[in-house]
Amino acid sequence: MQDLGIRVLFMGNNFIRLLGGLWITIKISLISVVLSIVLGILLGLLMTLKNPVTKAVTKVYLEFIRIMPQLVLLFLVYFGATKAFGIQLSGQVSAVIVFTLWGTAEMGDLVRGALISIPKHQYESGAALGLESSQIYRYIIIPQTLRRLIPLAINLTTRMIKTTSLIVLIGVVEVLKIAQQIIEANRYTVPDSALWIYGAVFFLYFLACWPISLLASKLEKKWKN
Amino acid sequence: MGKYAHLYVDAAKLTLLLGVAGILISLIIGLVCALIQYYRAPVLKRIVSVYIELSRNTPLLVQLFFLYFGLPKIGIMISSEGCAVIGLSFLGGSYMAEAFRSGLEAIEKSQMESGLAIGLTHAQVMRHVIFPQALSISVPVLCANVIFLIKETSVFSAVALADLMYVAKDLIGLYYQTDEALLMLVIAYLILLLPISFVAAWLERRLRYAGFGN
Repeated sequence: MQDLGIRVLFMGNNFIRLLGGLWITIKISLISVVLSIVLGILLGLLMTLKNPVTKAVTKVYLEFIRIMPQLVLLFLVYFGATKAFGIQLSGQVSAVIVFTLWGTAEMGDLVRGALISIPKHQYESGAALGLESSQIYRYIIIPQTLRRLIPLAINLTTRMIKTTSLIVLIGVVEVLKIAQQIIEANRYTVPDSALWIYGAVFFLYFLACWPISLLASKLEKKWKN
Repeated sequence: MGKYAHLYVDAAKLTLLLGVAGILISLIIGLVCALIQYYRAPVLKRIVSVYIELSRNTPLLVQLFFLYFGLPKIGIMISSEGCAVIGLSFLGGSYMAEAFRSGLEAIEKSQMESGLAIGLTHAQVMRHVIFPQALSISVPVLCANVIFLIKETSVFSAVALADLMYVAKDLIGLYYQTDEALLMLVIAYLILLLPISFVAAWLERRLRYAGFGN
């Protein structure tokens, strides 16, 4: 067979199964992103407080999470937490926990950055115009913060989807694992299907992330000023 | 656990070696791509932007699977180490390119014109005026990329390389000393990454005011 397994890709429901695997990756990413955005906004607000205790705690949290490879964090939760607390966590639940912890750290830092990037005179000018504190936030600070934040938050989503590919290494059956299964199942009839199947996985990830990246850079350009 | 420490040391050396090789090649790829985009070279520019989009929107793990399991099917056999370095360079090149490009684009055109006006050649302006400034702007992102790439090396165990993750998983599987194995893993990565992170922060502080007009 010289078609190198492109036939295998579309044989039976193989392609649908691959898409199903991709959906698991995307589902875990989306859940984690939504949780991260909510918790990250809280963390970001917490980080702008002048309290030394919250400053120290959030800094240690942020630095630890950001310096550890995400795969190490996955191992810590999947193998470590299971043993330490005697609880049984599935791979998918561990993944959501880890990516939420990581996403919250990243998002928290973005929120903090966006908040402190609003110059002080914006608050003062608002107050000078006779606006109340809540009005200043509602009409001046939050709209500007959101414009800086939304492209970055969308970028975080693509990073999340890419990072979620790691869950195959803690035994979650997702797109890469299904690709392996398909290749193994056809090992005797089409021994060379790996090229096309893994190539397909590569492009599926690309097709999932690329539109989101484009959207982020479009918004970033549009809102630059 | 002490007697397994040498396994971690060996693994850390391997990670560092492959990581440094990948980062150096990434820097070269990144610089070349950034220059192609800076000078808007006709056809090459297109190729570079396709490469950057492909590399930035796919995970390293999938790239490695394709290199290690896919390519041998059309007769291209690459060793584990080769796949790791190629994969890391393919991924890192685009990130480095973006870092260099943002630095180069931040330098105003008037600087080139002024340089030419006082009689410097184009190459001299690039070498003595544009580049030093662009680099100082790029440094924070370049450092972040270095840390990012070292972290990404943690997936190398998927292509049968005995890196830190591989050793930890092995020890967990063999002896069920999960806590110890994981603790050593965390410590190993802290030893690898904390110094880089400190150097990055220091560099960033040193170079912050190097730009013109700040």
